[in-house]
Amino acid sequence: MTAVATRLLPSRRTSRSVLYALSAVLVLAIVVAYTGADELTSRGTASAALRLAIPILMAGLGGLFAERAGVVNIGLEGMMIAGTWFGAWGSWQFGPWWGVALGVAGGAVFGLIHAVATVTFAVDHIVSGVAINILAGGAMRFLSSITYTPETGGSVVQSPGVTKMDTFNTPFVAGGNLFGWKSPDLLGWLEDRDWFFVSDGAGVLRGVTGEVSWLTLLAVALVPLSVFVLWRTAWGLRLRSCGEHPWAAESLGVPVLRMKYYGVLISGGLAGLGGAFIVLVQQGLYREASTAGRGFIGLGALIFGNWMPAGVLNGALLFGFGDSLRFRGAVTVRALLLTIGVGLVALAVWRWRRKRPRAAGVQGALALMVLLGYALLTEVPDQLITATPYLITLLVLAIATQSLRMPAADGARYRKGETG
Amino acid sequence: MKSRRWLVAVVAPLAAMVFSVGVASLALIAFDIDPLFAFKEMWTFGTSTESLINIANRSVPLYVAAMAVAVGFKMNLFNIGVEGQYLLAALFAAWAGALVALPAVLHVAFILLVAMVVGSGWAWIAGFLKVKRGIHEVISTIMLNFIGFSLSAYLFLNVFRGETEGLIVATGQIPKSGWMPSLNPVLGWFGVTPRRGSELQSFLIIAIALGIGYHLLVKRSRFGFDLRASGINPAAAQASGVDPKRMIIRTMMISGAIAGLVGMSVLLGFFHQYPQDFSRGYGFNGIAVALLGRNHAAGMVFAALLWGFLERSSLILDLRDVPSEIVTIIQGTVVLGVVVAYEVVSRLAERQTVRAAARAAAALESGGAQEAA
Repeated sequence: MTAVATRLLPSRRTSRSVLYALSAVLVLAIVVAYTGADELTSRGTASAALRLAIPILMAGLGGLFAERAGVVNIGLEGMMIAGTWFGAWGSWQFGPWWGVALGVAGGAVFGLIHAVATVTFAVDHIVSGVAINILAGGAMRFLSSITYTPETGGSVVQSPGVTKMDTFNTPFVAGGNLFGWKSPDLLGWLEDRDWFFVSDGAGVLRGVTGEVSWLTLLAVALVPLSVFVLWRTAWGLRLRSCGEHPWAAESLGVPVLRMKYYGVLISGGLAGLGGAFIVLVQQGLYREASTAGRGFIGLGALIFGNWMPAGVLNGALLFGFGDSLRFRGAVTVRALLLTIGVGLVALAVWRWRRKRPRAAGVQGALALMVLLGYALLTEVPDQLITATPYLITLLVLAIATQSLRMPAADGARYRKGETG
Repeated sequence: MKSRRWLVAVVAPLAAMVFSVGVASLALIAFDIDPLFAFKEMWTFGTSTESLINIANRSVPLYVAAMAVAVGFKMNLFNIGVEGQYLLAALFAAWAGALVALPAVLHVAFILLVAMVVGSGWAWIAGFLKVKRGIHEVISTIMLNFIGFSLSAYLFLNVFRGETEGLIVATGQIPKSGWMPSLNPVLGWFGVTPRRGSELQSFLIIAIALGIGYHLLVKRSRFGFDLRASGINPAAAQASGVDPKRMIIRTMMISGAIAGLVGMSVLLGFFHQYPQDFSRGYGFNGIAVALLGRNHAAGMVFAALLWGFLERSSLILDLRDVPSEIVTIIQGTVVLGVVVAYEVVSRLAERQTVRAAARAAAALESGGAQEAA
């Protein structure tokens, strides 16, 4: 009886994450009420945050599959660059879904190169990754010079405009069409009411349910899929065993080298998908260096998320949110500074009460700096706004709790037949 | 034994070079371009006097950047942030150099010092974050690169911008006492008189001195020993009394200090101020040069020269209707090729060593058996 009851109730983990999400909205609502920076919880910000989070999420999930198989993948950035190029080319030639397919394939090709270098030849993973980033950038530039330069609007650094991915509105909550009938836009109505907290929450939800591209849906669906594949199938167990203890896995008959190849190939494909997303949903064309370090931020999300898919999603959303404020002007960035400052003060107090005066001191000092920035920077210069995603990534990684556990044999050189 | 190691060091990069030229040729053939024609054009253009001077000038900052990266590589510490470190350092150095007036040599020394301090300080952040917060330096240095670009753009436009004429936006000009002279008179002794505008920058001498210093630091100093020990076996190094945290901070700061010097050859030998289009990309290319040169002082010289040659000689290709980006293919494949080739060759050498040892042991044993009998 009780077993059935507990199964029907949401699990503790789910209810806790709902609680976290609600309190995040509450904090933002307070800041909005105080500063009047409505943009902080507007549908525009939320939808931009989701859009910007997806490439980071894809890179993070890509990193997850490689590192769970024990291969560190610094080459994610390069694989993503390949994804942007092939995504644009595919969409330009055949249409957006071909862009997705070719973007994934392009990323996977560089994944294969990384796998050959690190798994077959046991090259240092970081060295190989760095080399792949250099190679991918050069190769895409060469391809651009051959294919895009002669076209109108194209050059060695960018492609002509390509067809973007279609979007949809969810029926009932965001006013989407249902068999030709336009359903009501409930969340939009709620957001316009300007009720404290309720309208803020509605704005965020409206943003992530309206004008959503099909590719976004696919990308988000990859998170539960990764959980299922990695933790609920025998294949996933084998893959993870290669990241934890390949020598033991080998003794049990797991084809370690092959599993590592799978992991790195999937990793490249996912990074390529993230690159294709940048082209097909965000920008509508290939532009050199448009990944702008997203592959590395994805690795940051992976670490922040403690090498778990749901954690990677959280990290990506957080970094995406920080990134989205960049386009919302200085008022919003200032409001964010205030949020971070208050959050740091709360954290410092908590640490102090936990009898950790040194950590509390460091965080108190950081909080003071951020709040000072809020007070002094009445106008945030554009150049510094561009730096927000990178600053946030560094800050979050520096402050986040360090009870992380990476796969035990992550980055280890493994050769068949050797003992650990 | 020694000769075999030397063979490994030469065979691997050569194999990688052959491989990458092969890949580039295939890419050209795929697009109906004769690779032999392209390479011949590159060679003719790239070996003129002006080109050779240009190659030397290009190689110097690449070589310095490669050393900055290589110091870290020696202990498996990956400073990917040389790009941001040298740009920030060059900006601060240009600004500080224009503020003061000192006697000639002192002025240059002052500017170099400022650059080293700034580069070192920016790199220190990554070291600190790794030691105190456990953030991997690859991520932190990449993030610091982007932050550094933004910060330097902001400082450049709002704080350090000098009084300049017309459309040129730059920091104030450094007084003549802070310039480094051209080496063209020295070339004149050898009967070489390059065309006007083609000048061999004298930072070359400092770069050579740095190369020797790097070699001595890594191979002959206590610090270098600790550095290599930490790279090969961190646990053993720690057991022998090397403090890994201190090692990380120190190495990062040394790497950053060298990185600070990357922009100095162009700043002091060419621009004499920091303009908006200050030379970029040395930091990223320096990583490739370090990988190609296997972190070895002499190896990196060859790698930097190769890089300089490829970049310079590619300029002719666009005029000959060959996409000059073919060079980026060569660069990319040669870097990847060399890391793989080195691994393969050294594995083969290892296997041979094992076999030779086994043979020697067998000979010894059979000899011993005969004696006993």
